[in-house]
Amino acid sequence: MNDPGRVQPAASTLSSGAAAPGAPLLEVAGLTVLLEVNQTKRAVLRDVSLTVRPGEAVGLVGESGSGKSMTARAIDRLLPRGAEVEGSIRFGGADVAALAGADLRRYRSQVAMIFQDPRAHTNPVRRVGDFVTEALRTSLGVNAAEARRRAVDMLTQVGIDDGARRLRQYPHEMSGGMLQRIMIAAALLTGPRLLLADEPTTALDVTTQAEVMAILDGLRREFGLAMLFITHDLELAAAICDRTVVLYAGQVVEVRASALLHTDPLHPYTAALAAARPDIAQTAHRLRAIPGRPLSAFEAPDGECAFAPRCAYASDICRTAVPAPVELDGGISRCARAHELRGHLQEAPGD
Amino acid sequence: MTETNGAPVLEVTGLRKEFGELVAVDDVSFRLPPGRSLAVVGESGSGKTTIARMIVGLERPTSGAITACGHDRSRPARSTRDRRRRGREVQIVFQDPYTSLDPRQNADDTLDEVLRLHHGWPANRRRARIAELTGLVGLDARQSRALPRALSGGQRQRVAIARALAAEPAVLILDEAVAALDVSIQAQVLNLLADIRDETHVSYILISHDLAVVRQLTHETIVLHRGTVVERGLTAHVLDNPEHPCTQRLRASVPRPGWKPRRHTLGTNPDLSG
Repeated sequence: MNDPGRVQPAASTLSSGAAAPGAPLLEVAGLTVLLEVNQTKRAVLRDVSLTVRPGEAVGLVGESGSGKSMTARAIDRLLPRGAEVEGSIRFGGADVAALAGADLRRYRSQVAMIFQDPRAHTNPVRRVGDFVTEALRTSLGVNAAEARRRAVDMLTQVGIDDGARRLRQYPHEMSGGMLQRIMIAAALLTGPRLLLADEPTTALDVTTQAEVMAILDGLRREFGLAMLFITHDLELAAAICDRTVVLYAGQVVEVRASALLHTDPLHPYTAALAAARPDIAQTAHRLRAIPGRPLSAFEAPDGECAFAPRCAYASDICRTAVPAPVELDGGISRCARAHELRGHLQEAPGD
Repeated sequence: MTETNGAPVLEVTGLRKEFGELVAVDDVSFRLPPGRSLAVVGESGSGKTTIARMIVGLERPTSGAITACGHDRSRPARSTRDRRRRGREVQIVFQDPYTSLDPRQNADDTLDEVLRLHHGWPANRRRARIAELTGLVGLDARQSRALPRALSGGQRQRVAIARALAAEPAVLILDEAVAALDVSIQAQVLNLLADIRDETHVSYILISHDLAVVRQLTHETIVLHRGTVVERGLTAHVLDNPEHPCTQRLRASVPRPGWKPRRHTLGTNPDLSG
């Protein structure tokens, strides 16, 4: 496997040599984001902390309004204008908020984004090749012919053999699955160290999703890339990520090794989310739906657990303070009763 | 198909649809008894939605017959009266709740219009039925008076379901109707659909690529590939013992613990070759 044109910054705050072995590649610490909506400040993320180590795949799971896409936008420095940010995001040891100019462009070439709807992120009147080679040409100064040659190579990697022809086509000439493969190739071309994948397969049907996940997962391992995989699908995250971070109402409520997420969750919300999904192997008499609806971060009450109103295990202690994250069995749970409930979350509430 | 209690509410025979050179649906037949549910599964482009559109009358079949409640509906309706009768036979809920509602009409008015057109009831009876329907789908008083833009996706989808049910159809087609919902809301809506079926004996056609949802809601399943039915049977049987390679591949594509997504060579999947 040849290196996909990996370009390291020459001398900058983004030196590729990570501070210490085992140090996180990406470290989000205490991230709180407020946006101004109708002249009032609203929180969209509240005290979010997470790490991604080099080569590690971390899932970021949550429902509508949980803040998962906003976390990705904060990491990619794409927050809306006027956003108020507390806390820090560090990449390879460098403070992302302080990056500007050439350093910021280099950062963006090292952190590649893949979006849910590839059609919304391509220009319908430009050929696909313009888009695929754009970052190489503009950020890294590669000439057009060389950029095209690298693009065709990379398209082969994602299983597209007639890359030269594809680069001359327009987005409307391709299916969603094909276009998403091309987006993955484009993301990998600048030699990133971290992939930010925001619901990359949600718009695809299951068989195409399996194909695209196979490509993404295979190339990620081959190139040793870290990935932050954002999804609403707990099963998908558990299947392809090493660790999973569960968000609810703008807060991290659980961090858990993916293998243990379904069998041994630490937070009642994670357990309830898994239990609410229908099972392909059997018909339930009734699904264990979670009452109410998911709260957005700005709706979350101050001074109590945001999930308490929907939680089968909520007690007085849950309504007196926002619970602090508790380290437990190699994971993290933001539940005031995390210790007592250990091992009981797999039973149906009330059993 | 396997179990028939009385005449089918919907019968589709030898259905075919051509778009120019492309045969989107080819010789599809099935029968749907009252109170039963049929899943139509298959990859993108396999013809699922085209079948639904022909049944509700948004596309005209190239050939074949569609009979609902004993009436042929493979040709366009001749009169308003005919069209309204068809609306009481089959209703559909689409995937995207953001584009399927009138942006200027709240849920109460939407339901009122359907009740007036289809049943011609006086105002007090309509009011009582609106309260029943909004209660059935779990909309509170504020939500049922709000315009669609003030509602979440899950709430809009409930309005769309209530609107479809207001016509008291014999058959309700759910075209990926729960796919866009959050997991916790999706479970509520699936429970609701099961309750409604128990109470009203409505029959469902569920178009979905989510096989867990198919298992939860349907009795029987047909699997489509390039417009033709490649496998059919009881849902539990089709999902537990898939026989056709297409069904096996759909089944193997479902993420689960320890799942390793596999790459297929390009060209085996029509969606990727396009």
